[in-house]
Amino acid sequence: MTSISEDSDKEKVRSVSVDLNNDASLVIDIPDALCERDKVKFTVHTKTTLSSFQKPEFSVPRQHEEFIWLHDTIVETEEYAGLIIPPAPPKPDFEGPREKMHKLGEGESSMTKEEYAKMKQELEAEYLAVFKKTVQVHEVFLQRFSSHPIFRKDRNFQIFLEYDQDLSVRRKNAKEMFGGFFKNMVKSADEVLISGVKEVDEFFEQEKTFLLDYSSKIKDATAKAEKMTRSHKNVADDYNHISGALNSTAADNNTAFKKTISVCVLQKLEDRVASDQELKLTELLRYYTRDIQAAKDLLYRRARALADNENSNKALDKARLKGKDIAQAEENQKQCLQKFDKLSESGKKELTSFKARRVVAFRKNLIEMTELEIKHAKVRRLKSNNTLYGSKLSIFLLCQKSLGY
Amino acid sequence: MAEEREPPPLPGVPEPQDAEDLFVSAASAMEDAERSLSPEDISSSSNGPKAEPMLLDHDPDDLFAEATEEVSLDSPERQMILSDGPSPAITPVTINPRADVFDRSPDQDEDEEENRDTFDIQISVSDPEKVGDGMNAYMAYKVTTKTSLSIFSRDEVCVKRRFSDFLGLHSKLASKYMHIGYIVPPAPEKSIVGQRLGRRSSAVTELDPDAKACLCCRYLLRTVKQPALLKDPDVLQFLESSELPRAVSTQALSGAGILRMVNKAADAVNKMTIKMNESDAWFEEKQQQFENLDVQLRKLHASVESLVFHRKELSVNTASFAKSAAMLGNSEDHTALSRALSQLAEVEEKIDQLHQDQACADFYLISELLGDYVRLITAVKGVFDQRMKTWAKCQDAQVMLQRKREAEAKLQHANKPDKLQQAKDEIREWEGKVQQGERDFEQISKNIRREVGRFEKDRVKDFRVVIIKYLESLVHTQQQLIKYWEAFLPEAKAIA
Repeated sequence: MTSISEDSDKEKVRSVSVDLNNDASLVIDIPDALCERDKVKFTVHTKTTLSSFQKPEFSVPRQHEEFIWLHDTIVETEEYAGLIIPPAPPKPDFEGPREKMHKLGEGESSMTKEEYAKMKQELEAEYLAVFKKTVQVHEVFLQRFSSHPIFRKDRNFQIFLEYDQDLSVRRKNAKEMFGGFFKNMVKSADEVLISGVKEVDEFFEQEKTFLLDYSSKIKDATAKAEKMTRSHKNVADDYNHISGALNSTAADNNTAFKKTISVCVLQKLEDRVASDQELKLTELLRYYTRDIQAAKDLLYRRARALADNENSNKALDKARLKGKDIAQAEENQKQCLQKFDKLSESGKKELTSFKARRVVAFRKNLIEMTELEIKHAKVRRLKSNNTLYGSKLSIFLLCQKSLGY
Repeated sequence: MAEEREPPPLPGVPEPQDAEDLFVSAASAMEDAERSLSPEDISSSSNGPKAEPMLLDHDPDDLFAEATEEVSLDSPERQMILSDGPSPAITPVTINPRADVFDRSPDQDEDEEENRDTFDIQISVSDPEKVGDGMNAYMAYKVTTKTSLSIFSRDEVCVKRRFSDFLGLHSKLASKYMHIGYIVPPAPEKSIVGQRLGRRSSAVTELDPDAKACLCCRYLLRTVKQPALLKDPDVLQFLESSELPRAVSTQALSGAGILRMVNKAADAVNKMTIKMNESDAWFEEKQQQFENLDVQLRKLHASVESLVFHRKELSVNTASFAKSAAMLGNSEDHTALSRALSQLAEVEEKIDQLHQDQACADFYLISELLGDYVRLITAVKGVFDQRMKTWAKCQDAQVMLQRKREAEAKLQHANKPDKLQQAKDEIREWEGKVQQGERDFEQISKNIRREVGRFEKDRVKDFRVVIIKYLESLVHTQQQLIKYWEAFLPEAKAIA
């Protein structure tokens, strides 16, 4: 079982979405989390001055499934059709480190004690990194709601924060799973719809083109970034092995070897760079892939509303022609138009703020990543230089000794 | 002198095809030796008729007597660069004008030798080109030798050699020197059985021509670094003469090749059955050391190979990420962010190039060196085995002598005068053989001590040089990285 409760680290880590938690009237964070076997138990802590809550400060334990329940409930709420719904946090995935831990356990006999201890330490660090990441992602999810003027008043959201009993969110049974699958199919049909529907509003036309293109590009970039950081980790692992092997060789005699060990130790910094890169760039890209998808969903809903609107217009015309059910058709048409207008209006606002949010997040993230790269490269250069100097010095001293000085 | 001696029986490995070659080269070397036996030559750079005695080391009497004298003049640690080995025609002192320097301090360090080193020979192997076509196509390499040593007829020689020529040279040297305890550098390999990627596949991968050229170059450099081998006529011929007889016996499936394999198997069996009483603790300790070193170096080599592989992979992935980031930057509609993303893509591309270069450095500096040393250690172990074989031969001779003596004693009792004479002759013969065996054993032990000492010094030197080069490459890489990211930082900050 691992638990986490450092704030400063989280501050560093929280660059995928900025400007959250600025409003003191509702402050949410996840100060603590426990990991047991497969499940992660998050402690959601709320501080609020709003009267709609029973207490000014409280905490509840929540599991991942309950976060998903909150997300699905909000998606299904009709009222929020015109808003970008924050993307659901991905399931905590400890498969990677767990598999490696398993392999390490199997290969224990074939390596020296120090090597084993070192690898174990590294795996634990990796595990911790995954853990931190998932906590952060869940936290940001809640903070998106709390910082949004409309979402924060949602009743379900408040229940999520407050209700200290188990929400008894049962797992989706087979029918619901199937329903979900069906919904996905409909969604892809929507994609065709959205590109087919004639757009009257230029703003939305532009947004549509942009989002469709951008979403595929960012998905691709995310995948490539992930591959890159994985290779980087491989390289760092190799340096680990090499330093282990060198350790045993240098136990023999040579100072020359010992020097190389220090080099390899410094190369372990590569590992740290790899996980920093991972946390910064890849997380940013991953997060915005999901966010872009949420923005696209908004567009789908609007497009559907537009289609509905057009259908209702046609129905009204038909009714007028036929001369019956006119009032009903008129009512229908009025509703559709209203819905569409509302969607368009809020959609425009949401998409504009989304763009601003995205640009700011990218900026912060890129700056932080670059600064880290520079810092680490400087440290590595310093260490390499020192080792180089040390080696040359030792040769020089040896020369002196042999010449009899 | 040449007229007295017959061409010697080829020691050890029967390689009928090479026999003529050896004789040819031996004869020509002897002629050379005759010619160059003038006093002026002796003092200049100590290269007299060294070649001749080495070929004929099986001739028991005068050579070895002189040789032991010769060698005992040096203390085991001293490394006379150009005057090793039996050279009866030259007195040791005049060989090296710098000989007096040796008297100064007992522990020689390699750097002192370096300072006084007129070991001025540079070899490069380059320009692999394909010659011929179809089945008979092969790669020819240009071997350039630049030297100021006088054993070479010209200052700069340039010859064309093919890969099997290298193998031929190695087999000749091995047959001549291994059994007297010299460490012969192992032959460059045609292809490597790679232990790649966690032993998933031990695929035999054909080396690309440039890597092979490097391998051959290092092989030659190691060979000439060894003073005994430098003076060897085969080596000289290899480096100098424009035409070299084809070394056919190096082909894997030739008769000689198969014979070699059979011999190797026999050797392996013998190694297991010979139980040697090691009287010298030094040898035992050294053998153990080399065993350990072998294991460690192999492990290290495998790790470095996997590092090279992963770094290459990293460079590929970085390149593809760079492309993807560029596309993302294109589709981004916020101008400043779009520009920043394109810049990021450029930085990543430069970094990918950097990774590639670093991978090359990793490979050519460290991985190859380790590979060479793994093979060298096999050669060293081989030399130790030779010593064991020599000891076994000596023991056998002693046993035979004992038997002959017993037979003689029996005959004495039986009183058969004619057979007695024969028995006495045989005893004398076997006494001679025992003496010879003991001398051989002494010789090989001495040689091995010297060789091992030299090997260890060289090893430290090699590794140190390589490590420094590698560190410098690392520093350079970091420097470049810093430069790239610092150039990018203002771009990132400029996103409004």
